[in-house]
Amino acid sequence: MTLVRRLLPPLASGFLFGMGLTVSGMTDPQRVRGFLDVFGDWDPTLAFVMGGAVLVMAIAWRIQTRMAKPVFGERFSLPDRTDLDPRLLTGATVFGIGWGVAGLCPGPAVASLALSPVHAIPFVAAMLAGMLLQKITMERRVTS
Amino acid sequence: MLPGFPEAAPLQGLIGGVLIGLAAALMLLGAGRIAGVSGILARGTALAGGSMARTSAWGFLVGLPLGALAIRFGTDWEPAVFASWPVLVVAGLLVGFGTRMGSGCTSGHGVCGVSRLSQRSIVATTAFMAAGIATVFIMSLVGA
Repeated sequence: MTLVRRLLPPLASGFLFGMGLTVSGMTDPQRVRGFLDVFGDWDPTLAFVMGGAVLVMAIAWRIQTRMAKPVFGERFSLPDRTDLDPRLLTGATVFGIGWGVAGLCPGPAVASLALSPVHAIPFVAAMLAGMLLQKITMERRVTS
Repeated sequence: MLPGFPEAAPLQGLIGGVLIGLAAALMLLGAGRIAGVSGILARGTALAGGSMARTSAWGFLVGLPLGALAIRFGTDWEPAVFASWPVLVVAGLLVGFGTRMGSGCTSGHGVCGVSRLSQRSIVATTAFMAAGIATVFIMSLVGA
């Protein structure tokens, strides 16, 4: 039972997420770069995606505040930091540069493993290498 | 579909966005967690610690491409055009490094955090959007 409770809600969530990304064209890097091309041939589609998702989630957050625990879990496990630090800003900027270069962020990249594996595999492999590199450099800073 | 923007797909964007919102809501209210793809990917590949069961992380990571495939074979989907391998690798490194350093990506910060009115997520989302826009602009200037 525990395995089912641990596996099924995230599996269903991932499935819906993958459907949403593909329906909206967010697995197409040209469409994503088109959104970022505000000074050129702007494609506002991504704004509708974000708008729809944020709207549904804003309602979900209101429901969450009235729940003692999640439906299939023991407790909520949510970020609670409120401070702004340089790492947040630098990290988000580095991510944004990579996002602009190829038009891919982690969600569409993982979804593309099934849709366009020839292109998604090198990107995801490099992304994991980047994550590992960040982990190594961070640990070095902590220990030194 | 949208006056002035012949390439835009506002309806598909909104439908996809609502699906992504429902996916994130299921993760929040069902499993008590943030549906942040970069964090879940790092957790699944043991690049990050945390309390999320690795079974749950992999459930989400397998569901994502399966959901994409459901749309791929259920609709008149067209294959996307991607950047060349070297560009994909450079972008992947930046996305992996940046999302870990900045504690999130388009899903965790952009959808889940912004809808919660998290100050950190609003700052991060503004930063990666601005960096993405600047990157696409500079690349268009140099003809890349």
